[in-house]
Amino acid sequence: MSKGRERRAVRSDPWQVGGGSGIEGDGFAPRLNRRHRMANVWRTVFRLSTVVGILALGLLLVNIINDAFGYVAIVNTVDPLELGEGRPLEELPKETLVQILEANVSAGLFRRFAHDEPFEERASGDVINLIYENVVKPRVVNQWTLLESLTQRRTILTQGPVDYPGASERSVRVRFESWVDVAFITSPQSADATRAGIRTAILGSLWTIAIAILFAFPIGVGAAIYLEEYAEETQLNKLIQTNINNLAGVPSIIYGILGLAIFVRALQPLTSGALFGMTDPTTANGRTIISAGLTLGLLILPLIIINAQEAIKAVPNSLREAALALGATRWQTVWSHVLPNAMSGILTGAILSVSRAIGETAPLVVVGASTYITSDPNGPFAKFTTLPIQIFQWTTRPQSVFRNIAAAAIVVLLVLLLSMNGAAILLRNRFSKRL
Amino acid sequence: MNETRTATSVPQTAFAPQTAFAPQTARNGGYAIEAKDLSVSYDDFLALKGVDLKIERHKVTAIIGPSGCGKSTMLRAFNRMNELFRAARTQGEVLFNGVNIYRDEVDPVEVRRRIGMVFQKPNPFPKSIYENVAWGARINGYKGDMDDLVYQSLTQAALWGEVKDKLGQSGLSLSGGQQQRLCIARTIATRPDIILMDEPASALDPIATLRIEELMRQLSQHYTIIVVTHNMQQAGRVSDYTAFLSLDGTDDTRSHAPGVLVEYGPTARIFSNPANQMTEDYITGRFG
Repeated sequence: MSKGRERRAVRSDPWQVGGGSGIEGDGFAPRLNRRHRMANVWRTVFRLSTVVGILALGLLLVNIINDAFGYVAIVNTVDPLELGEGRPLEELPKETLVQILEANVSAGLFRRFAHDEPFEERASGDVINLIYENVVKPRVVNQWTLLESLTQRRTILTQGPVDYPGASERSVRVRFESWVDVAFITSPQSADATRAGIRTAILGSLWTIAIAILFAFPIGVGAAIYLEEYAEETQLNKLIQTNINNLAGVPSIIYGILGLAIFVRALQPLTSGALFGMTDPTTANGRTIISAGLTLGLLILPLIIINAQEAIKAVPNSLREAALALGATRWQTVWSHVLPNAMSGILTGAILSVSRAIGETAPLVVVGASTYITSDPNGPFAKFTTLPIQIFQWTTRPQSVFRNIAAAAIVVLLVLLLSMNGAAILLRNRFSKRL
Repeated sequence: MNETRTATSVPQTAFAPQTAFAPQTARNGGYAIEAKDLSVSYDDFLALKGVDLKIERHKVTAIIGPSGCGKSTMLRAFNRMNELFRAARTQGEVLFNGVNIYRDEVDPVEVRRRIGMVFQKPNPFPKSIYENVAWGARINGYKGDMDDLVYQSLTQAALWGEVKDKLGQSGLSLSGGQQQRLCIARTIATRPDIILMDEPASALDPIATLRIEELMRQLSQHYTIIVVTHNMQQAGRVSDYTAFLSLDGTDDTRSHAPGVLVEYGPTARIFSNPANQMTEDYITGRFG
């Protein structure tokens, strides 16, 4: 950090050459003051760029957090406490809940619920959900952002519960809502924003990422080893290399179209699971997790190859020579020396690729992500949705409350991303520390 | 040749059966390795032209000469290291135990175990000291007692006393001179017949250099050593024979003159009474 000191030192230059007046006797015009001024201008410019970048990032975070927490005014058509005669629904036994439901919905609707799944087999949480959806029917009538909630708390709490048409005063509740909470993460998708969760989307994301990495990592590292350690420098190999470099920059939607053509259409018997005895008609079109995972795998394959190549290139040749001079084969050299020394770099590349894949939306839309599913994916041949798809869907809804849960889902996506990166960095550090 | 290796109680048969060179009889009149009309070129660039050289068994042979005259290329031609990283083309023959190592049926992997190499810059593996020595033997199918082999190799490389308490530490934790001796121990562990050394002391301080030189003298009782060096005094101190390579001044058909063998003979004679004027000029420091 001697950058500031350098300038002061020159100003006290005892030889007075920094005056910048003109050409000195020896043919040099040092003009030190002017050069340092230019240097300072550039330093300020660079510092400004950094500040702009940090500001943009900060604004993004504030914007998301702002929407993910805050006061809401909720109108219940029927007060749930009234239904439970003073006790919260969550404390009631299942039998009572079923009775409450039966008493408050039409007989036809009740029979339909029983037909969908007998009440004996339903969990009590499920029954509570039915009561909320069909009897209590909470509506978010107004919501405030986190900043508003913090700065205008009193106004919101006094003004909030009034003036909503069709709401008796008792049934309006204003409460602080953290849209990200355990229930949000563990609940399945729902048409009701206050009860909607992202479990399905998280599981879908994890499944597709797992398949993508299982597919792309071994192939990518293998290709990188071949290109770096075995391939001769022929025209063909140069062409292949150029192609791989270009593939890394191809827009992701094109991978989606590729995935649609190959995995969804051409390999439909395989990706729909028909070959493995899957007969679910809803996934018979091949728009399944495995299609999505393989598409994302194709997308990150060039990234993994390029990063692994860089990591392998960084292993000093002296190590290869040392091993080969001892009478090792190429493979023994690669396995014992090149790969262990390149592994941290290879893993870094894989981390970056996963980070890219987990946020991809466009190719999955093309491959055919489901917009609304409530059942967890139960294997590679299930229908799927992913976190970014879910976020995208919610932001397109007209009701403003979906903006809040979209923000909450973004928070979860970011946390998921950061924790995966963190875990991978830990793994990488362990690799590089190992002797 | 085996009987001279009494200091190492490890018999050759401890390695998995080998092919072309297995019977170590002196089939070619006692020479350890012999170059016949050896030329090496990289693409269009002829680096070495028509070298004939007979290396004596269990002697230290120094290869000296000015920069760019093909010393390292010649050394690397002796264990087929040239072909690894550049498109090198080798013509002529290199006879090792009477077999041309460039014949099609000869496996370079086998050649490199029998003709080991120590490099200019110490390049121990980023593994433990023990593993540095054991790895080469293990991948070559060594079936004997590995602890014993590591002990013997480190002892022969004059390193055992310094590292015997920290065999589990990284080879990179050693000093430069120790690292270079570790690299020598690693090479010894595969029981080569010949050890090629490419300026093994040029990255070391004078004291470490002296130890390496002493080590070369000791090792020459059991191994044939060929050493490339820039250092004339070093060549004079350690070698029994000296080969002087230089650029071929008579060949002006190319942009870069190829390296040729100018003179070869016992070190004492080369240094005191060189037959060739170029050799004398080089040794007396008039060029190079």
